[in-house]
Amino acid sequence: MSSESIALSAVDHGTRPISERLHDWVVTVDHKKLGILYIVYALVFLIIGGIEATILRIQLIVPHNHFVSPQVFNRMFTMHGTTMIFFVVMPILFGFGTYLIPLMIGARDMAFPRLNAFSFWMTAFGGLLLYFSFIGGNGLYGAGTVPDVGWWAYAPLTSRAFSVGHSTDFWTLALLVSGVGSVGTGVNFIATILCMRCPGMTLGKMPLLAWLNLVVGGMVVFCISPLTAAQIMLSIDRYLGGHFFDTQAGGSAALWMHFFWIFGHPEVYILVVPAFAFVSEIVPIFSRKPIFGYPVMVAATIAIGFISFSVWAHHMFTVGMSSYGNSFFVFTTVAIAVPTGIKIFNWIGTMWGGKIQFRAPMLFSIGFLFQFLIAGLTGIMLGAAPFNWQLSGSYFVVAHFHYVIVGGIMFAVFAAFYYWFPKMSGRMYNEALAKWHFWLFLIGFHLTFDFMHIPGMLGMPRRIYTYEPGRGWDIWNLIVTIGVFFQIAGVLVFVANLLWSLWKGEPAGNDPWDAWTLEWSATSPPPEYNFATIPIVESRRPLWDLKHPEDPDWKYE
Amino acid sequence: MRHSEQTRSHVSKMAGIAVLLAGFLLAASLCFGAPSNPSQIPNIFRPESTPADSIFRLSLLVLTVTGLIFAIVFSLLVYAVAKFRRRGDDDGREPPQVYGSNQVELAWTVIPVLIVLVLFLATARVIHSIQDAPKPAGTIEVIAIGHQFWWEFRYPALGVVTANELHVPVSDPSHPSPTFITLLSADTDHSFWVPRLAGKTDLIPNRVNHTWIDPHETGLYLGQCAQYCGTQHAKMLLRVYVDSPEQFDQWIAEERKPAAANSAAEEGRRIFETTACMNCHTVAGTVADGRFGPDLTHLMGRATIASGAALNTPEELKLWIQNPDSIKPGSLMPAMKLNEKDLDALTAYLETLR
Repeated sequence: MSSESIALSAVDHGTRPISERLHDWVVTVDHKKLGILYIVYALVFLIIGGIEATILRIQLIVPHNHFVSPQVFNRMFTMHGTTMIFFVVMPILFGFGTYLIPLMIGARDMAFPRLNAFSFWMTAFGGLLLYFSFIGGNGLYGAGTVPDVGWWAYAPLTSRAFSVGHSTDFWTLALLVSGVGSVGTGVNFIATILCMRCPGMTLGKMPLLAWLNLVVGGMVVFCISPLTAAQIMLSIDRYLGGHFFDTQAGGSAALWMHFFWIFGHPEVYILVVPAFAFVSEIVPIFSRKPIFGYPVMVAATIAIGFISFSVWAHHMFTVGMSSYGNSFFVFTTVAIAVPTGIKIFNWIGTMWGGKIQFRAPMLFSIGFLFQFLIAGLTGIMLGAAPFNWQLSGSYFVVAHFHYVIVGGIMFAVFAAFYYWFPKMSGRMYNEALAKWHFWLFLIGFHLTFDFMHIPGMLGMPRRIYTYEPGRGWDIWNLIVTIGVFFQIAGVLVFVANLLWSLWKGEPAGNDPWDAWTLEWSATSPPPEYNFATIPIVESRRPLWDLKHPEDPDWKYE
Repeated sequence: MRHSEQTRSHVSKMAGIAVLLAGFLLAASLCFGAPSNPSQIPNIFRPESTPADSIFRLSLLVLTVTGLIFAIVFSLLVYAVAKFRRRGDDDGREPPQVYGSNQVELAWTVIPVLIVLVLFLATARVIHSIQDAPKPAGTIEVIAIGHQFWWEFRYPALGVVTANELHVPVSDPSHPSPTFITLLSADTDHSFWVPRLAGKTDLIPNRVNHTWIDPHETGLYLGQCAQYCGTQHAKMLLRVYVDSPEQFDQWIAEERKPAAANSAAEEGRRIFETTACMNCHTVAGTVADGRFGPDLTHLMGRATIASGAALNTPEELKLWIQNPDSIKPGSLMPAMKLNEKDLDALTAYLETLR
């Protein structure tokens, strides 16, 4: 189709001095370079957030441990949560979206390439600002402090009476800045997907990844705004004498919760819908069948997008809403399980009757399906408000959302890594190492997060730096911490595989998976302009049509 | 080449399964050796009070439904993965291309909708029964106030103020005497959670919340603050003593008395009333009327100090006065920096507060 390349008059990239090549990465507006920048940036923060998690788990390995002080522990869980949500998972998903969307819809770049670069650098500087608190948290006093208010930063703990110095301000400003970047990316996704599709690609013929990221773009625009507004209000409270959340002057602590969770719950779907997108692309390829029920998958995603804005107060079942308020949010919360369940059924339907190949991307996708099923079911338990009065704020909740974010989203991200790594780098990864990564990480994940549910049901609250012996929690905490080391081993294998394959991997060719979407028609890695000639498509699987002229998809759609 | 790759992947799979099994065996062997007193485990599945019991019953329904869904979907997933894997003798042809089925989609939409409706109705009923429960005549009213990092309990109708250790009467179903608790906060958000008695409810400054318990068995029930409230959130522990009606009446009668005067402890009392102690602590019947810290009028009636972080012994008390950070780093109790003689005298005075 368009795998022939255009001869560029520019100098050969390999021979230019390193300073010029670095300069290229800094000033680039190319969606592929920006996508890779997002991903590399997120991987660096993944290591940092992982170290923070390890510190937390070592402290909790036995009761009354003295590995870190309560102050350090509180800073570590605040930074771990904030880092993982805002500076690991979001950027990594935006990175894949930025890289893949133009390639998959047959475009040469995003709709707004400069906004794209601006968004990345805002996110990047937001992360740096957050981590600058390590040295600048207390202003001129020298020894810096790090935010310690938890990643929801509930009022009034963030007011100046309870949070002296500037640590909370670093948190506030970091999210404000990166939030601007996120909204820019959301706008860019929407504009690109709606306006830049190649000829023939109607909305109904887009790859699911594009559809799902369109929904994500819409959710980002509408849910980051309340968070940004709340950060500005908090800063007004702290520095300009405002009383929005200042309970000592008549402000409302519950108001902050509403602002935070009207952002916070759609945010969960902003993170998980791109993971759905990866799985929706990978499962068909390795089952050798088209996605089962494409229109239903699209409809379910849109339903999730809308319903996700009406469930936020299920994070607030314990704050004393009326029985009618609680019942309403129970209804919306269990209702969102319906479209989510439909998705799981459709993925299984896609595998049904296929010829499944267990390469690393498929293994991670199956892991995703299994773990996301459990995460959804523990979500229903938490959605039943009275059960939630026991479970919320306990380690059960911590286990639940790590099941979503690690067992679901991170598994899908690893699947995406192995699936698109050949496209991005031009080289194949090492399959044996990838399988080691899968099994080590799977074992570590289940040791840590399966057993983490139990102390929650035995009354162990989250965010405690130590606990009393004799409450039946000791053994579970020990197992949970042991699992962490398996996960670390898995991630080290992953990083080693990545570096080794970049350097020594076998050349991948344009289409190593015998796949069906447009990105596999470009060279690996694709040239700056993506396609020498803009492709024209007739179905959802343009490369299938090309490879099977006797039985093309467009006859059935 | 292809063959060797498959062997290798099989080996790594086997190794993975072996490690997984080892992990589970380790876990199992460790649990059988756990030496905890079961009544001290705040297990949500061993309720001893109506709200906790209604939640427990609802949770059985929810666990059954989600368990069945898991069993069905998991079996489908395992079946699909096992049955439809590419075989060794594959002919290399693509499988039949199936795009979907409206009947199937309709089925797996309608069935979940019905399940969701049942779950919603069952849940709404329990919400109503707990949140909108009427107050019977024999109700005990308590105000619980959350502080960084301790609990203040006031019994306004009975004229009692205490801290960290709540006493309530056991409730006989034929003559219920539940305890209704009004939840307030003096500073940041906290959450009142005694898992065997009720689900948690937050204590939020500038807001009035409510919860209630009606314990069916006497004994000690453990809980702790369940909403992050600052540095020492972890050691904001909570003890609920469920007394027989006679024990409870006797406890109330003791607590209503002013502090016992004891001439042997005059020196300690002088120190208490001339240092910062009295700025934060109340001892009823004396000039000490601070409200920032726990009421100490009947300190010796409590089993623990520092909101459950240490046992109430003379040694721990001395340590707590001299260096609170050694027990509860970051607590708002200042180190008093007394000399040995004064410390002994002060502790002797506190020992008389029965």
